Amino acid sequence: MIEARKDEKPLEFRQEHLLGLEYLAREEIECVLQNAAAFKPTLDQKVKKMPTLLGKTVVNLFFENSTRTRTSFEIAAKRLSADVINFTVGTSSVAKGESLLDTARTIEALGSDIIIMRHSCPGACHLLASHLRSAIINAGDGCHEHPTQGLLDMFTMREKKGRIEGLTVTILGDILHSRVARSNIWGLTKLGAHVRVCGPRTLIPRGIEELGVQVFYNLEQGIRDADVINILRIQRERMDSNMFPSIREYRLLYGLTHERLRFAKPDVLIMHPGPINRGIEISQGVADGEHSVINQQVTNGVAVRMAVLFLLRQARAQKTELEKAE
Amino acid sequence: MGGILIKNGHIIDPANRVDARRDVLVEGGRIAAVGTGLSAPDAQVIDAAGLYVLPGFVDLHAHLREPGREDEETIRTGTRAAAAGGFTSVCAMPNTTPIIDRATGINYLRSATQRDAVVNVFPAAAVTVGQQGKEITEFGDLIQRGAVAFTDDGHCVADAEIMRRALEYTAMFDVPVLDHCEDPMLKRDGVIHEGRVSMMLGLRGIPAVSETVIVARDIALAEYVGGHVHIQHVSARRSVELIREGKRRGVRVTAEVTPHHLALTEEACLNFDTNAKVAPPLRSEDDRQALIEGLLDGTLDAIATDHAPHTDIEKDMVFTEAPFGMIGLEFAFAVCHGELVATGRMDLAMLVARMTAIPAAILRLNKGTLSVGADADITIVDLGLEKTVSRGTLLSKSYNTPFLGKTLRGFPVHTLVGGRLVYSNGRIV
Repeated sequence: MIEARKDEKPLEFRQEHLLGLEYLAREEIECVLQNAAAFKPTLDQKVKKMPTLLGKTVVNLFFENSTRTRTSFEIAAKRLSADVINFTVGTSSVAKGESLLDTARTIEALGSDIIIMRHSCPGACHLLASHLRSAIINAGDGCHEHPTQGLLDMFTMREKKGRIEGLTVTILGDILHSRVARSNIWGLTKLGAHVRVCGPRTLIPRGIEELGVQVFYNLEQGIRDADVINILRIQRERMDSNMFPSIREYRLLYGLTHERLRFAKPDVLIMHPGPINRGIEISQGVADGEHSVINQQVTNGVAVRMAVLFLLRQARAQKTELEKAE
Repeated sequence: MGGILIKNGHIIDPANRVDARRDVLVEGGRIAAVGTGLSAPDAQVIDAAGLYVLPGFVDLHAHLREPGREDEETIRTGTRAAAAGGFTSVCAMPNTTPIIDRATGINYLRSATQRDAVVNVFPAAAVTVGQQGKEITEFGDLIQRGAVAFTDDGHCVADAEIMRRALEYTAMFDVPVLDHCEDPMLKRDGVIHEGRVSMMLGLRGIPAVSETVIVARDIALAEYVGGHVHIQHVSARRSVELIREGKRRGVRVTAEVTPHHLALTEEACLNFDTNAKVAPPLRSEDDRQALIEGLLDGTLDAIATDHAPHTDIEKDMVFTEAPFGMIGLEFAFAVCHGELVATGRMDLAMLVARMTAIPAAILRLNKGTLSVGADADITIVDLGLEKTVSRGTLLSKSYNTPFLGKTLRGFPVHTLVGGRLVYSNGRIV
């Protein structure tokens, strides 16, 4: 369980935006996890609302379909008393010719304080952050990063295992197209986990070892003695043809079944960012089995996102005060 | 008309192996004399003490965007940018709207150039009609109307047989085919070099091998049919090695490299800067070093800017949607000088040769020298002059360059085209 480290000075979070875990210092990640732990018990309170973001406007700007992430952010913001606007943009408005920046500027003109964006293009949140005043939270930018997913994955690991440092975590599946994989790699390596990636050779980007991970193409070797297996969804919609031969072959080589689970540690955690393709990357039995923490991940997601919203608000407020003082 | 006397400058004229203090007298649009202690009582005198007097630069590769994309650049603004960068001749790429693939297009370009250009513009025409890669253009007619080269630049000539026929046919006119070597099947929707940065950013990569397979193919075809193939904007180590080997075998292959590929790597894209998005992409440090080595040993013949203007509207987009390309005419010399000469890797005379006589020879232009009797295209450079690349000072209509905001050193102070001073101290004359 997470303990407050009383002997050390309080952790500080200085980011104006949350664009990716690549950009966070270890201490900032620790700070989010610590605050999330403080928020988590409030989820079970009778009255769940807190006034932290009272009078602030949070906009969910989603250019890609998402139910779980958008809802999770919405609940988190509402628990903190923010006004939440959901702005789901279909591909049709892109066809009308309005640029992303114009759409975002319009939203800011309507009074947004925090914009949470999901977009199919890597770097889309960076573009907003460099042109707008609102705090930007990346809720997934193409194949680049999905920082709050990475944070909630780490939060769940720490909650269940009591630590992250020294854990062996295998990220299994389509690494190439996965923003979850990249955010996990940045975060976990900063916190001292041993990170492995495992999947078909065509779905693992060349040179990923440079990020401090070990690469496996064989499932049994990849999950051997793992403490955590984080299974990625096979994203058929992102896939060109011929990245691998067939779903059938993928299941044969990389589908995680009970039979295969025995190669991992007996108390291995099974995680999945969802939505899951039951019977493809993960068997029914494993998804619903004793090792699975897939539903706890979802619950923890709310606490982690509350922490992120709170810390961004706080960092902004401190910056404004500093500027005033100067 | 008393001409112009450029006094006390240090002349570098690689074609004539001159690297010394000399005066240059310009009369009737031509170089009348080069020597010491020249005098001409009626001439306007430019004191070039402390400055270098060079043949005007020749750019093998510039996009002037006219006709069709006058919001990005025009012949007027593009040639002004060229003059500011010391370029007195530019080869204009044909991927305009409409594409320069027939007589009407090239006729338009010639009349627009006569009206608006402040430097010499030599048009390249398309290899295939509409740059569709299907039917070859009327090479003979286009050459008679002024085309100096053929290229589907922006696209690769993907069909090997079309490339073969183009090389085979143009060889009878002794005109080069310039190829943008990127295999479209390997490039697909790639936007950035496939390597460390694409891996980190989750952007789809363009592997170096997409260039290399086409370079290998083009060299093999040129060897077989005997045409002159010119490889545009080489970006990868392996391509350099193939060109080196091709030259050793006696193949008529020449190659250019851009200032940005010499000075920058994929790292320039780390912050999703769309101004660093270019085709072929900025590659690894290893590739960059191979390009410099290739330029030093002559495997890469010339420096070409691939000046490719795009508006802010186009570049203020997410990385995958922004167009490829960056401008370069106005600071190409400063970038190359800083990267190659100031670092001691190349002497100034070689840099000048690769920006003047050598590119001129690739296009069979009678340019790029200070020979007596030659057109008086002259660039006078101050190696110590520092400038910050900025919206306020660029003469190009577009500002898309990762060098924006950077301070560079070594800029032209005067540019003469055909004996006429067209650019002087920051202004078009």
